[in-house]
Amino acid sequence: MTLQNSSDAFRSEYTDHSAPHPLLRVVDIEKCYGQRIGCTGVNFDLYPGEVMGIVGESGSGKSTLLNCLAGHLEPDQGEVLFDTRDAGLVDTVTMAEPERRMLSRTDWAFVHQHARDGLRMSVSAGGNVGERLMAVGARHYGQIRDEAIDWLGRVEINETRIDDRPSAFSGGMQQRLQIARNLVTGPRLVFMDEPTGGLDVSVQARLLDLLRGLVRQMGLSAIIVTHDLAVVRLLADRLMVMKDGHVVETGLTDQVLDDPQHAYTQLLVSSVLQV
Amino acid sequence: MTDYNFAYLDEQTKRMIRRAILKGLAIPGYQVPFASREMPMPYGWGTGGVQVSAATLTPEDVFKVIDQGADDTTNAVSIRKFFQATAGVDTTEETDKATVIQTRHRIPEAALNEDQILVYQVPIPEPLRFLEPRETETRKMHSLEEYGLMHVKLYEDIARHGAIATAYAYPVKVEGRYVMDPSPIPKFDNPKMTMPAIQLFGAGREQRIYALPPYTEVVSLDFEDYPFEASKADHSCELCGADDSYLDEVIVDDQGGRIFVCSDTAYCTARQAAQQDTPTPQAQEAAV
Repeated sequence: MTLQNSSDAFRSEYTDHSAPHPLLRVVDIEKCYGQRIGCTGVNFDLYPGEVMGIVGESGSGKSTLLNCLAGHLEPDQGEVLFDTRDAGLVDTVTMAEPERRMLSRTDWAFVHQHARDGLRMSVSAGGNVGERLMAVGARHYGQIRDEAIDWLGRVEINETRIDDRPSAFSGGMQQRLQIARNLVTGPRLVFMDEPTGGLDVSVQARLLDLLRGLVRQMGLSAIIVTHDLAVVRLLADRLMVMKDGHVVETGLTDQVLDDPQHAYTQLLVSSVLQV
Repeated sequence: MTDYNFAYLDEQTKRMIRRAILKGLAIPGYQVPFASREMPMPYGWGTGGVQVSAATLTPEDVFKVIDQGADDTTNAVSIRKFFQATAGVDTTEETDKATVIQTRHRIPEAALNEDQILVYQVPIPEPLRFLEPRETETRKMHSLEEYGLMHVKLYEDIARHGAIATAYAYPVKVEGRYVMDPSPIPKFDNPKMTMPAIQLFGAGREQRIYALPPYTEVVSLDFEDYPFEASKADHSCELCGADDSYLDEVIVDDQGGRIFVCSDTAYCTARQAAQQDTPTPQAQEAAV
C-alpha cells in the first residue's frame, strides 16, 4: 500500500470522533534545505502504545523528519499535533517555546544515536538520570538518588556505578544510561534516532531486548528511525519507508517486510545480508 | 588631578553604565550587557567593579576598597589610590564611614545601611557557565527559568563529597526568579545578601552588570534533605577573639604552625582597639 494522501483527505478521515484518540498526529510536514528537500508530504497518526519505525537509506530524510517532530527543527509547513495532558491535541510547531521545552522534559524523550550527544559526560551516571527529575522540580537528594538507582537497575547498570562518569562506561552502557535518563520522568512518547547504531551485534541484541521490555511495560509510544531492518522487525508495530524525502510505503511491519510493494522497499529488504 | 575627567571615565561612558545599573536594579539578578571599557589595569583585577564604582561615585562619597576582606592588600590599595588620584574622593578603611564600598570576594562583617552601596568585582557572572558552555543556551535557560541544571551541580557535590562542597560563588535565587552568581564570596556571606544597602555587580571582561536593590530576597539553592549551611573555619580569631566572623587560615612558620584571623581587617582592627581601651572581658563584650 502506498500512502500519498492529500492532506485534506487525511484531515477529513479523522473528523470522525468515535475513532480512538491519537497521541501524535502529523499533518503534511515539509522541511527543505534551500532547494533540497529534507522531507515532504509526511502524514501519519501514532496511537498510544504504538511503536512506529521509519526506515530508509542515508539521506532519505528520516532524521530530518524525526527532528521536526521532536521540535529540534522547525518544519517549513505542516502540523505536529500532540495530545497534551491538559489541552488535548495541540500543534507543537506553533506552541510557545517554554511549553514545547516543558514537553520535551516531561512527556517526550529523545534517544540520540550517539550517547555522547544525549548525556552530560562530565556529570556522574546518577546526576545524568536525576537531571530530568530536578528539571521538573525534584529537590530531595535522597529521593532523586533512589530513583536513579532504580532506573540504573532497570537498564541493567550495576548500582555501584552510580557515581562514575559516563566516560568510564562502554558504548552499550552509555546507550542504556541515555535511555534511563530519558525514561525517568515517565514520558509518553519516545523519539529514537538509530538507538543501536555503532554497537556490536551482541550488545545491540541486549539493548533491543531491554527496549522491547521497557516499551511494553510502560506502554510507551515510540518513533524509531533506523536503517536496520532487524531493529524495526523486533520493535515496531508499523513501518514507514522513506526515499528522497518522500514516504514511499507504509503498513504493518511484517506486511511491509514480508511483502514489499514499492520497488525501493523490495530493494531494501533484499539488501539485508543473511548470515 | 585635572588631566582626567572625574573618576577617570568620560561622562558618556558613565551614563551608559548607569543605565545598565538602573536596568539591573529594575530586574534583580538579571545580567545586563554593557559596553565594558578598557581600564588601566588587567582583566581579573576588578575592571568591572572599577567601572561600576566610577559610574557610582560622587565628589561627596567616601570610598572603601576591600580585597578578600582586607583593606591593605595590593588590589585594594591600588584601586583605592586610583580613585584618590582620579576622583579625589575621601577614602576610609572603616566600614560604617564609607558610602561606596568596592569589594572582591567578601561582604564586610559590620552590617551595612541604606546609605551605602556595595560594589562587587565579578570574574564570571554566569552561574550556569561550567554546566552549559553555550551563551545562547544559558540566556534561554534564564529567560525560561530552566534551572534544573543548577541542582545537578549540587547533586554532583553531594554524590562525590557527601555534602554540598561548593564553598564560594554559591548559587542563589533572587526574588524567586533569577538564579545568580553572588561572585566568589564565601557561602558564609550568602545569608547577608538580603541587606539594606544596594548591591551592584560588575564583570568587566564578560561585559555584564547585575544588581540587587535593598532588602531583595536572596535564597541559596539547596536540597530538602541537604539544606544550605553557611560555613566557616571552626575557630575564633587569633587577634581579636571573634567567633562570628569569617576567618583566614594563615601559616606562620615552616613547622606547620597556623593561626586563624578575621579576613575583614577593618572589623578585626576595630575589635582590637576596643579591647585595648576596655581591658575587662565584660566591657569587651559590651564594646563589640
